[in-house]
Amino acid sequence: MLNSINISHVFVLDQDEALEFYVGKLGLEVSADMDLGFMRWLTVRVPGDPGRDILLEKPGPPAMDEATAAQVRQLVTKGATGFTVGFTTDDCRKTYETLKARGVEFTQEPTEQSYGIDVGLRDPFGNHLRIVQLAAQPRAVAERAIKR
Amino acid sequence: MSRAVEEFNRRLLRARDAMDRTYAQPLDVPALARIAHVSEAHFSRSFRATFGETPHRYLQRRRVERAMFLLRETDRSVTEICFDVGFTSLGTFSRTYNEIVGQTPTAYRDRTEALPAPTCFTMAWTRPSSFGEAAARNGK
Repeated sequence: MLNSINISHVFVLDQDEALEFYVGKLGLEVSADMDLGFMRWLTVRVPGDPGRDILLEKPGPPAMDEATAAQVRQLVTKGATGFTVGFTTDDCRKTYETLKARGVEFTQEPTEQSYGIDVGLRDPFGNHLRIVQLAAQPRAVAERAIKR
Repeated sequence: MSRAVEEFNRRLLRARDAMDRTYAQPLDVPALARIAHVSEAHFSRSFRATFGETPHRYLQRRRVERAMFLLRETDRSVTEICFDVGFTSLGTFSRTYNEIVGQTPTAYRDRTEALPAPTCFTMAWTRPSSFGEAAARNGK
């Protein structure tokens, strides 16, 4: 059956602006940038993790009509596309400080979770991204429940 | 036209994110209106048109969702939690909580266990709704 996830996508409103953010601020690298004629195939990946690409896809004709593309753009800019991509890091607080200094917009500051420390952020278009520093051993989540 | 709406959405989302981050502080409409680049008079109306509820209600649900989280995951007292999430009176907290959740904070704590899900999802998905489906689920 299936082996792994090798590519997933994020809708972006402008691919150049997307590069500025995903490469220029988040520190990803371009894995492909090709003019296929009918579309610009633009993918990025985490340096050192070549097996997983993110397609930065611009909604529009001919894949979808302009009215539908406008609806997609509405949803993205309202933050209604839900959770798009989750990254891992070795040091969440340090990464947060670095990205904050670069002007990245955070929705949630570093927070201790049962599974580690994580932050929430948005790309320039409204997509919700997360970065987590995974705990070596997930803490029991139902301590209160067990006590009772 | 469409581009202007998208930019407006994005600015309102930025203001909503600010509310989510600073939920324990008083609702500061002038500051939020500045983030959204709209007049104070327009902010609430625009927010409601975009997200389906007033900023005040959004913040109430955010605070109640955080209170539910603290009731589930910690041993802090109801009074402490009331102030933790930004309410300034226990009476208002209890009334608002009861109205939105349909049970008292103490009853909720007694009947609920911790959820093994990231905060961002509990924030979005366990937030008590203004949109009617909870009542529908309860057969009201």
